[in-house]
Amino acid sequence: MSTPGRPASSRHLLGVWIRSLLWTFAESVVAILLAVVLGGIGIFLFSGLLPNHSAFDLGLPIAAYGALWSGALGYPNGVGSTLSYATPLILAGLGVGLGFKAGLFNIGGRGQFLMGAIGAMAVVTLFGQSLPGLATIVLALAVAAIFGGFAGFIPGVLKATSGAHEVVTTIMLNYVFVFATYWAISGPLRLPHSPQPITVDVGTRASALGTINILGWNLLGRDAHWGVLLAVLGIPLLWFLLYRTTLGFEIRAAGANSDAARYAGMKTRQLVVLTMSMAGALCGLAGGTTLLGVVHQIAPGYDTTIGFDAITVALLGRSNPIGIALAGLLLGGMRAGAQSMQISPGVPGELVDALQAVILLFLVINLLRRWRAMRHVDAPTVAPAEPYGLGAVPAEVSE
Amino acid sequence: MSDIPGALDAIPLLGILFQLFGYVLANLQYVSNTTVAVAVPITLAALCGVMCERSGVVNIGLEGIMLTAAFVGWFVAAEAAGAMGTGTPLPYFGITMPLVIGLVAALVAGMAVSLLHAWLSISLRIDQIISGTIINIGAAGITGYLYSLISSQSLVGAGQFQKLQVPPGVVDIPVVGWLINAIFDQGPIGLVTIVIVVVLQIMLFRSRWGLRTRASGEHPRAAETVGIDVVWLRYRNVVASGALAALGGVWLSMEQTGNFNAGMTQGRGFIGLAAMIVGRWTPLGAFGAALLFASVTGLSQSLTISHPTGDLGSLINGVPGEFWEALPYIITIVVLAGLIGRSIAPAADGQPYERESAS
Repeated sequence: MSTPGRPASSRHLLGVWIRSLLWTFAESVVAILLAVVLGGIGIFLFSGLLPNHSAFDLGLPIAAYGALWSGALGYPNGVGSTLSYATPLILAGLGVGLGFKAGLFNIGGRGQFLMGAIGAMAVVTLFGQSLPGLATIVLALAVAAIFGGFAGFIPGVLKATSGAHEVVTTIMLNYVFVFATYWAISGPLRLPHSPQPITVDVGTRASALGTINILGWNLLGRDAHWGVLLAVLGIPLLWFLLYRTTLGFEIRAAGANSDAARYAGMKTRQLVVLTMSMAGALCGLAGGTTLLGVVHQIAPGYDTTIGFDAITVALLGRSNPIGIALAGLLLGGMRAGAQSMQISPGVPGELVDALQAVILLFLVINLLRRWRAMRHVDAPTVAPAEPYGLGAVPAEVSE
Repeated sequence: MSDIPGALDAIPLLGILFQLFGYVLANLQYVSNTTVAVAVPITLAALCGVMCERSGVVNIGLEGIMLTAAFVGWFVAAEAAGAMGTGTPLPYFGITMPLVIGLVAALVAGMAVSLLHAWLSISLRIDQIISGTIINIGAAGITGYLYSLISSQSLVGAGQFQKLQVPPGVVDIPVVGWLINAIFDQGPIGLVTIVIVVVLQIMLFRSRWGLRTRASGEHPRAAETVGIDVVWLRYRNVVASGALAALGGVWLSMEQTGNFNAGMTQGRGFIGLAAMIVGRWTPLGAFGAALLFASVTGLSQSLTISHPTGDLGSLINGVPGEFWEALPYIITIVVLAGLIGRSIAPAADGQPYERESAS
C-alpha cells in the first residue's frame, strides 16, 4: 500500500490490517444476509409443495427462520446442539483449510470422516470390554485420526507421484469409503446375532463421549459432549502449526508458489503427502468424535454431508483457524436449527445445503469490493482473496 | 487354494485368468449393451468436459449440471403429464409429449447452470474449481430440498424413454451380433450419444470452430491476435456443453429409470472428468475410457446373473459384494494415476483470460 521511498510505519500497517479484516468480515456478513433473503424467497415460492400449506405463504419463511433461530441459539439445548454440530465442522474445516493453505483442494472429507468413524468403531468393538472407558476413548480417537489420515494419504501420494489431481481422486475415494463402510458394518464390525447389519452401540461399552456436565450441572444442555474440547484445542494448535513453525511456513510457501518453494529447497512432494495426511486426520477426528459423541452406532445407510460442509467452512473462514471456528459455529447453528425447522413448520433441512451454496456464491462474487471498485477507480483490486486462488488446475501435470 | 504347493502358485492364477477370459467371452452378448448404456452418462459428462477444457475452462461442476438436469427433466415431465396426460406414445422409443417437454426443460436448465459457471469463471475470473464446487453444492442442496418437499406428495413420474429393441435374430448372428446389440439396444439418448461422439471428434479437429476452440485453450492471447473473440468463444462452448452434461443427467432420470433420487448422479460427473483425462481430451478417447469404466459395472452385473463356476467362482465368492460396487471408482483412480503422465492438458486450461487493456 505504501508508496516507494516512504517506509510504512507500523501504525500504518496495523491500520491497513484492521481495515482489511473489517472488509473481509463485512463481505462475509453481506454474503450470509443475502443468502438468508434468497433462501426466504425460495421457501416462499415453494411453500405450496408443503402439506397443509397454501401456495405463496408469506408466514412460512418467517416461521422457518424463527424455528431455525431458536433451534440454534435457545439456551441451553440450542446452544449445546450448535456446539455439537460445530465440532466436526470445525475439525474437518481445519482439515480442508490446511489443504487450501498448501494449494490442495481436499473434497475427500466425506470418505475421511467415514474412515475415522470406522476406525473409532473398530477400537470400541475390539477393546471396549477390556480397556477402561477413558483409555478406549483416547485410543479410538487416535485410531480415527490414523484411519482418516490414511484416507488422505492415498490421494496425497497419488498427487505427489503421478500428478493425479486430488479433486478427482478424493471424490472417487469417497465412494470407495462409503462402500467400505457398508462392508465393515455387515462384516467385521457387525453386532453378533443382530438381524440387520449394525455395529455395537458405543454407550453399551462405556466409551461414549458424555454430556458436558460439571458437578451435576448441564452447562450446555443435553447435546453438547466432551468432544467439543477437541475442536477448542484444534483451533490454536493449527494456528500455531501454520504461523509459528517451519513446517507451517513451508506449507504456506508451497501453496503460494509451488515452483518457488521447490527452488528454495523445500520438498514439495513430501509436503503434499504430509498435508493431505494431516487434513485427512483432522476429518477422521471429526468422524471419531461424531461417532463417540453423537451417533454412537453405525447403522446401514450411515453417511455424512461433512465433505461439502467443510469446504464451505474453510472458504467462509478464509482458511484461517479463527475464521474457520466462526464459520463452523455459523454452519453448526444452521444445522442445529434445521432440525427444529424440519420438525415444526416442516421445511426440509436440505435448505441449509442450498443456503451454503448461495453464501459461497455471494462470497466469491465479492459484491462489496466490486461495488467499491466501481465507485473509486483507485480502490484495492478486485483480485480474488487468498483462499480463492488455489493455483493448481485439474490434470495439470507436475513437472 | 492354500493346498496348492508354492512352486505352482502361478498356475492356478493363470488358470483363473483363462477362465475369466472364457467367461467374459461367453457372456459378452448379454452384458455388452449394459456396458454401453452405463457408459452413456459418463461419456456425455466427459464430452462436456472436452468442450469446456479444449477452450480453456475447467468445469468440475459437471456433477451439479447433471443432477440439476436429472431433477428438472423428471419433475417437469411429471408435472406436464399431470396437466395434459401422457397421450399415446410414438411407436419408437416410447416418446410422449411430457417426456419431450421434460427433456427440453432439462437441457435449458443444464445450459443455465453452465452459464453461471461461465459467468463466474470467464467474466469474474474466479478460481474455476471453486466455481464448479459451488455449483455441485448448490445443485445437491436445491434438488435435495425440492425433492424432499415433493416426496411428501407422491408425485407420479411421466415414465421413461424406451430402448430400441433389436430383433433376437440379429443378436444371434455370430461374431457381430453382440456388437450390433451393444450399439443399438439403447434408448434415444444412448443412440444420440454415439452420434455426438463421432460428430464432436470430427468437428473438434476438422472444423473452423474446432481450430478456434483448441487455439483459445492452448494460447488465448495468440488466438486473440488473429481475431478470435476468446471470451465469447469460451462462453459459447461452456453454455453449449452444458446441454451435453444435461443430457447425461436426463439419461439417469428419464431413460435408465423413470425416477429421480437425491444425489442420483453418484460421482458420474467426476468419472466423466477422469474419462476425459484418460481419453486425452478427445471425444473418441473419452468414449473409450468411459466404456472401460463401464465395463467393470457390466462385468459385476454379469456375475450376479450367471455365476461362474470352478476356481474363478470360488475366488469371486470370497469377494464381498461391496467390492464390486466400489470397483468402478477404484479402476478410475488406478487408470487416472497410471496414465496421467502421458496425458497432457490444453496449455491454458483453467487459466482465466484477461484481455490486454487499451491503456
